[in-house]
Amino acid sequence: MSAGAVLFYVFAGMTILASLGMVLNVRNTVASAMSLVVAMISLGAIYVLLDAYLVAAIQIMVYAGAIVVLFLFVVMLLNLRTDVFPVTRSRLPKLLGIAASGWGLFAFLKLLHGTLPAVSPAPEGFGGFRELGKALFTSYVLPFEATSFLLLAAIVGAVILAKRRID
Amino acid sequence: MPDLGVILKLLFMVVVVMAALLPVITWVERKQSAVMQDRIGANRADILGIRVLGLLHPLADVLKLFGKEDVVPEGANRFMHLLAPVIALVPGIITLAVVPFAGVYDFGSGPVSMVAADVDWGMLYVFAVGSIATYGTVIAGWSSNSNWGLLGSLRGSAQMISYEVTMGLSLVGLFMCFNSLKLQEIAQAQDMTFRVFGFLEAFGFVHALPRWLSFVKLPLWGILLQPLGFILFLTCIMAENKRPPFDVPEGESEIIAGYHMEYSGMRFGLFYTAEFLEIPVIGMIVATLFLGGWTIPWLSTQKIIGGLTGELGVGAATGLCLILHVLSFLLKVIVMIWLQMQIRWTLPRFRYDQVMDLCWKIMLPLSLANVFVTGIAILVVQRLLR
Repeated sequence: MSAGAVLFYVFAGMTILASLGMVLNVRNTVASAMSLVVAMISLGAIYVLLDAYLVAAIQIMVYAGAIVVLFLFVVMLLNLRTDVFPVTRSRLPKLLGIAASGWGLFAFLKLLHGTLPAVSPAPEGFGGFRELGKALFTSYVLPFEATSFLLLAAIVGAVILAKRRID
Repeated sequence: MPDLGVILKLLFMVVVVMAALLPVITWVERKQSAVMQDRIGANRADILGIRVLGLLHPLADVLKLFGKEDVVPEGANRFMHLLAPVIALVPGIITLAVVPFAGVYDFGSGPVSMVAADVDWGMLYVFAVGSIATYGTVIAGWSSNSNWGLLGSLRGSAQMISYEVTMGLSLVGLFMCFNSLKLQEIAQAQDMTFRVFGFLEAFGFVHALPRWLSFVKLPLWGILLQPLGFILFLTCIMAENKRPPFDVPEGESEIIAGYHMEYSGMRFGLFYTAEFLEIPVIGMIVATLFLGGWTIPWLSTQKIIGGLTGELGVGAATGLCLILHVLSFLLKVIVMIWLQMQIRWTLPRFRYDQVMDLCWKIMLPLSLANVFVTGIAILVVQRLLR
């Protein structure tokens, strides 16, 4: 087994363990969020193994470095305890979750059943910021700009909601 | 596969920072505060009466910290409490992997780049690793089961996330100028000079100025191309380090010691080390991006090697050039450390709302304007040079 393969299994295992830790840590919200961080970082490592360096850096910078910190921020600010927000016993989310993971398992098994396409080496500059930037600003410029409008609308909405509470 | 060269390069950086710079910086901090406050400063620690200017104080510090009891407060989350100082310390160390301490040399077996991990996305790696450091602060305060600690970590996380945004934006202009994110390429691009008044010729003012003026040359350093970017980036990265004047997360007059209030012994020492370790790391990154990194102004690598080859032969000339570049890099890092110490002991702590206002209302718009102006300038220059 090559070094890359060993690293892949290590980080894949870490991702699965950390994701389980996130879901199963219902009593301790901060531990759950920290498991999510570990999952994000190991996903970033898997992206590096796939030569997707920009995605890996953004994965860690944005998800692990900013978004989960905001989760933690909110959790600590509200000081969530299970006695304040009891664990819901509703059936619907569980059923939906089982259905979604069943579908994922089905798709995975179908993939295993067929023959996998032969792996060709990544083209020159693949996954780098130059190639990705070019693709974003030429082929995908419309979705890119649309996303920026969406984010702007979200920011304005958040500011209005926060301001109403202060006034 | 990691080869011996990579390990040696990494070892060099870690030894320089951890063993040579780090203990001296804690001494410099004490002496600097003494100078600013008109005291003599640290000079009492001695071994058999030998005091060497108080340079033994770091040793005494570490011995004292190791001798203290390692307290985990009641009701604290033990695992997280023990983990937090490690999370705070690690990002600073692993950033060293992408910092070039000298250029690219050919010793007869192909070019060797003097950086442990010569990756194309070097600066993105620095940002990604730096963003992880926030967790050290957040988890430390939360896991201590202390209100002061929690307040400190809330302040810390808000401050660090805010300044990360501006830190990234303040460098976009520099990346546009050097057209790279690779630290080694950015340093190499600064290994040349430019004629300061060369742009006047492009506008047609060839004979308007005295002739000698058109030969005035300056090194092509980031600080000259992006002066505003330099100030913005330095401010942001110092705010990330949470040292005064940005030390609101531990503001001792309001929240005692903030996020690391409940830490004792060497675990407090790890937070202390993390803070001091980041000073040379910041110095290295700023020196590489804005002060030409390992380059020597007005003396490009070709000039040095070419000039020395006649006397020493290619191999020795390259080796000597490597040593000169490492010395030049360390000198710039020391200048940056001095600057940070000067700022730390000159300015008092900002109020919390001032820290936030500075980031979101002043520096973020300025950094956006910097990107815009740089873009236009690059377009104009390209049009003129065509």
